[in-house]
Amino acid sequence: MSGSSDGGGTVAYIQHHLTNLCVGDCDPVTHKAAGFWALHVDTVFFSVALGVLMIVVSHRLGQNLVTGTPGGFQNFVEMIIDFVSGQVKDTFPGHNPIIAPLALTIFVWVWLMNFMDLIPVDLLPLIASGVLGIEYLKVVPTTDLNTTMAMSLTVFALILYYNFKVKGAAGYLKMFLFHPFGKFFVPVNIVMTVIEELAKPLSLGLRLFGNLFAGELVFLLIALIGGTMAVGLGALIWFPLQVVLDLGWLIFHLLVITLQAFIFMVLTIVYLAMAHTEDH
Amino acid sequence: MNINVTLIAQIIAFVTLLWFVNRVLWNPMNDLLTARQKRIADGLAAAEKGKHELELSEKRAKEHLVEAKSQAAEILAQAERRGSDIVEEAKEKARTEAERLVIAAKADIEQEANRAKEQLRGKVASVAAAGAGRILGREVDEKAHADLMKDLVGQI
Repeated sequence: MSGSSDGGGTVAYIQHHLTNLCVGDCDPVTHKAAGFWALHVDTVFFSVALGVLMIVVSHRLGQNLVTGTPGGFQNFVEMIIDFVSGQVKDTFPGHNPIIAPLALTIFVWVWLMNFMDLIPVDLLPLIASGVLGIEYLKVVPTTDLNTTMAMSLTVFALILYYNFKVKGAAGYLKMFLFHPFGKFFVPVNIVMTVIEELAKPLSLGLRLFGNLFAGELVFLLIALIGGTMAVGLGALIWFPLQVVLDLGWLIFHLLVITLQAFIFMVLTIVYLAMAHTEDH
Repeated sequence: MNINVTLIAQIIAFVTLLWFVNRVLWNPMNDLLTARQKRIADGLAAAEKGKHELELSEKRAKEHLVEAKSQAAEILAQAERRGSDIVEEAKEKARTEAERLVIAAKADIEQEANRAKEQLRGKVASVAAAGAGRILGREVDEKAHADLMKDLVGQI
């Protein structure tokens, strides 16, 4: 019946949208990555493109910095930098020159990648397939677990590095043995602390991925309202509904992407602050 | 499989971006903000210093004013003293002058009186001569009896 074919079309539509442009060790039928040696070209392309955008804009801004009274864009950038360094100062004890740029990079990059979610879901894939002949395109890099985990694992590596550097190997080991229940529960402590430490990168990466993936999915579902569901006169009802819902979710999602970028940044600062404090 | 080589690519991208942001965005902006902070702090310090200096000079001006006032009072007192001195002196001068005038006037008066006396003596002599002539019925020759007359006048 039409219902089942609609359902099939819907699933296919969503599936298609959630499939990366895979190169390398990919499944030829589903076009999903089949092994480790598969590269999501779209993810890398968009994240790197946004990174390059950041660098180019920063560089151009850096060429004509004004010490006295800054104009529009410099003011805006200064506001962001002030905000980030304020967060770092509030949360981070002592001084480490890497923390603030790290937080700034995460905040701006994650926000920019999240922002790709607000571009109409079908626009870029349509251009890609129509103009460039690219079949699959997943635009938002943060809806790819690889991106979010890449950042959270980098942060995790920094957490480990500073734990060893500040507390020393013995001090870090002591934390595993005697935290959080004291010296009489050493096995429990080890399990608890290992879970706690491993949960940091996992939760960091999965939270961002989950939120953005869900957001993208909702956009897809809203897009479906006016797409496959509306046939003939039904479009008169469904199309305005789609527009209203899409606008609502867009505005809400604008808050979500900012919040997620902010959370990722703040948690990074907090975790690194914890790595820097002697007593736990 | 969801995790694949993209992860490594993204880690490299992230670290590279971090390096660039630190170099291109964070460091220049941070330097700029620090420089501006310093400038503002300097400006505020200068303003504070200016205010302090203003207060100082106000205080100094007040001191000057007080000094000037006391000086003026002193000068005034001096002038008053000097004025009364001058008045005193003038009074003294006037008194001596008056005394001198009185003495001169007295001398004049005496002289005048003497002269009047002298005249009177002469007149008396002629009157006496005329009277004696009438009494004797003939003219007394004043010249002939000059010695007598003189003697008479001297007795008056």
